[in-house]
Amino acid sequence: MSVDIDPRRRLALAEKVLLAAEKVGATEAEVLVLANDSALTRFANSEIHQNVAETSATVNLRFVLGRRVGVATTGRTDDDGLVALVEQAGSIARVVEELEDWSGLPEPQPISEAAGAWSEATAAASPESRADGVRAVIAAADAAGSVAYGSFSTGAETIAVANSKGIRAVQRQTSAQLLTVSMAPNGGTGYAETVAVDVGRIDAAAIGREAAEKAHATQNPVAIDAGDWPVVLEEYAVVDVLDMLGYLGFSALAVQEERSFYELGRRIGSDLVTMVDDPADRNGLPMAFDFEGVPKERISLVDRGLCVDVVYDSQTAARAGRRSTGHGLPAPNPYGPFPLHMVMSAGTSSREELIGGLERGLLVTRFHYTNPVHPKLCVITGMTRDGTFLVEDGKLVGPVRNLRYTMSYLDALAGVSAVGSERKTLKGFLGGVVVPAVRIDGWSFTGTTEH
Amino acid sequence: MRDITDRALDTAASQGASYADVRVVRRLEESIAIKSGRLEGVSSGESEGFGVRVLVDGAWGFASSNWVTPAEADRVAAEATRIARASATALRNRVALDSRPPALGHYETPLDVDPFTVPFETKIADLLAADEAANQVKGIVYTETTYGAQREWKTFAASDGSFTEQVITHVGAGIESNAAKGDEQQRRSYPDAGGGWQAAGYEYIRGLDLKGAAGARAEEAVELLTAPLCPPGRRTIVLDPSQLYLQVHESCGHPTELDRVFGTEASYAGTSFMTTDLLESGFRYGSDLITIVADATAPGGMGTFGWDDEGVAAQAVPLVQNGIFVGYLSSRETAPRIGRQSGGAMRADGWNRIPLIRMTNINLLPVPGMSLDEIVADTDDGLYLSSNRSWSIDDRRLNFQFATEVAYEIKGGQKGRLLRNPTYTGITYEFWRSCDAVGDERGYVMLGTPNCGKGEPSQTGHVGHAVPGARFTDVQVGVGNG
Repeated sequence: MSVDIDPRRRLALAEKVLLAAEKVGATEAEVLVLANDSALTRFANSEIHQNVAETSATVNLRFVLGRRVGVATTGRTDDDGLVALVEQAGSIARVVEELEDWSGLPEPQPISEAAGAWSEATAAASPESRADGVRAVIAAADAAGSVAYGSFSTGAETIAVANSKGIRAVQRQTSAQLLTVSMAPNGGTGYAETVAVDVGRIDAAAIGREAAEKAHATQNPVAIDAGDWPVVLEEYAVVDVLDMLGYLGFSALAVQEERSFYELGRRIGSDLVTMVDDPADRNGLPMAFDFEGVPKERISLVDRGLCVDVVYDSQTAARAGRRSTGHGLPAPNPYGPFPLHMVMSAGTSSREELIGGLERGLLVTRFHYTNPVHPKLCVITGMTRDGTFLVEDGKLVGPVRNLRYTMSYLDALAGVSAVGSERKTLKGFLGGVVVPAVRIDGWSFTGTTEH
Repeated sequence: MRDITDRALDTAASQGASYADVRVVRRLEESIAIKSGRLEGVSSGESEGFGVRVLVDGAWGFASSNWVTPAEADRVAAEATRIARASATALRNRVALDSRPPALGHYETPLDVDPFTVPFETKIADLLAADEAANQVKGIVYTETTYGAQREWKTFAASDGSFTEQVITHVGAGIESNAAKGDEQQRRSYPDAGGGWQAAGYEYIRGLDLKGAAGARAEEAVELLTAPLCPPGRRTIVLDPSQLYLQVHESCGHPTELDRVFGTEASYAGTSFMTTDLLESGFRYGSDLITIVADATAPGGMGTFGWDDEGVAAQAVPLVQNGIFVGYLSSRETAPRIGRQSGGAMRADGWNRIPLIRMTNINLLPVPGMSLDEIVADTDDGLYLSSNRSWSIDDRRLNFQFATEVAYEIKGGQKGRLLRNPTYTGITYEFWRSCDAVGDERGYVMLGTPNCGKGEPSQTGHVGHAVPGARFTDVQVGVGNG
């Protein structure tokens, strides 16, 4: 590992830039330092075909002159690069319009350390150890007569924030992810994934077996008609539902711009649906504070089907007359705050009970290429992928070809009739997501394909 | 820069690399975002670093760093060779590259007005004027006006003696107007959802005339709130270039990436139905009117360059000729596997990513005869669909579904009332085979997207698409509106 991700030195770098900005007249300033050391080993056709490593550091400066705000970023952390950064951010701040509703940078608050966010084993992962994991996945595929595709990534990151109001925040975190698609003859495909702070918790052989067994089971899929079907969504599919809800609705900016479905107390799910954004959940990828240096709060988003709250950064919070919940992204951020740590509460049903509750329905492993058709109604289209099965009388009948759906995720939540008792940690759009499998009474499939 | 590239290549060779290349990239970016008259963000970013790619024992390794020093070049080159040796422990087929003459020379995007020398005040004023014009329309709840520019200074050197330097500049801008009432939300954008982008200077932004177009688009957004739903059914549709380019992107550009065909993206973006046996058999991809070319020399396109990131010279590669599938986007590693030379489509998203097969400018060539307006006039009963709102396609690029911001009813050759929430869906080759009219040169425009995702770790590509409009028959529309 060559990049300097030492927390104290990264915070010292942030303070150095902060001092330089204040020296040239910034009335407020905020410095965000992100230092990253990451690697990814990718495999296809049961061999490693891409294998990469990256060391980088970026410094982001928000330079404020009264109500004028300029932002500049640099990957050059030598003295010349930092001087240029301060000059550039200052020159932007001097020429931009005033923000009438500028509420100032956030004030410091006590920050508790994010327990379980760092793993020495992950930080020390090597190309050789990743190759060991990949070979275990390939061996599982070989044993099942399938072919392995996927990636194994490990990374360590330090985040440091210093601002002129006195915020001094620094944290370090690690993450590891192994995912694989296994392909069997006659159109069989299967998927498995796992995410952890500690790479030592990843059982590569088990992930390989899960995908290979599913690939074996999905050979020779048959065509079925589109239409409304009851479904069981595996965890890999449910993560997309949470991602889209977070993206389209649970941001305070989406509410303020009238593009969110969110209304306090609105029922958007059955009684079985409870979701929080919990940055301290050790099943996920914990974080202590956001990219503005504000401590992250646990936010209840949906409680037994009813909307409870959304997440805020400092600007949206000021507009709403409340405090930031610690969900800011790096400036400038026209997208608004984002729930990076969504967690759906587990239910009481085993996998067998979820499937057993389908009289005639489909088991869906995961979704592919999903996109909003009608953002405010949360209508999403996408495809099934890597394992879709017909279920009759509570028993798996066999694999079916993939289907397109066009479905309101709000209607989906309203139709949740059972929730799995086990949960998986998976990668979402931007962070770690903890999800169970669910059974949903109706899912609108609108098209078919050839595989 | 020679000191860095030579050092990296020498170290890679001394560590056992049979081939190595190094790219040193400095990237400058600017962005401006205005929301409803509020200057939401103005930023400038600079990134600099280098990446070393090596072949050891027939396996790939890559390492990168943003510390551009000779000592770091040694370390990174050595790390790349170590990584390649780890790759070799799970290797079944040694990588073989096609041959090509060493790449030598300099390329620079032609432009009139350097966007990085236009003062921020000027750019902000231009955007605010457009934003204000849109916000004067009653019923608009928020607007979003954006500008972006990116310049890369890229030095490429390889162990075969190649050494090229390129300066590539892209700019873009656009305005979106949003209206909402109850659960209904409608958007109209100009010139395109996500803005219009080209390889050009600030003259392109001025030529867009954002201010002049903003008001009419905003009025349409409000009108759409109460427009009838686009009903489900099978219809004749005419695609405006602002939608047709994305249709080309998703259903021709991605499936003709030869790495996808060989499975190397299978675990992420998927594979392709356009397998090599279809190339050999002369698969009918579309009607006789469909000719699609990957042209890295097209003026203004964001896929235009001097050499790709393997040092292969820019060229035009036919993908579909008069409806027949004839070629792929390819690389030095993949092209020999089908008995061809690389078409020069390897592109990397900056210094810290490996090159992947990416689209260059995937252009649907115009067909002499009818302009887009004349195609509409020639349509008795149909829909005119404009400006993408949503896109999705399966993992083999067969079943697609798009939503557009607006549909105009066509009756008797005239565009009429607006319909809201239009969607259309189909199977790629069936759809392209149903094309019975392609516009001529008069409506042929260069568009593109700066947000094409691919690869792990993720890479964002800037790609171009020159297209006219086109007409398709018997297409399923109004999905989900029944």
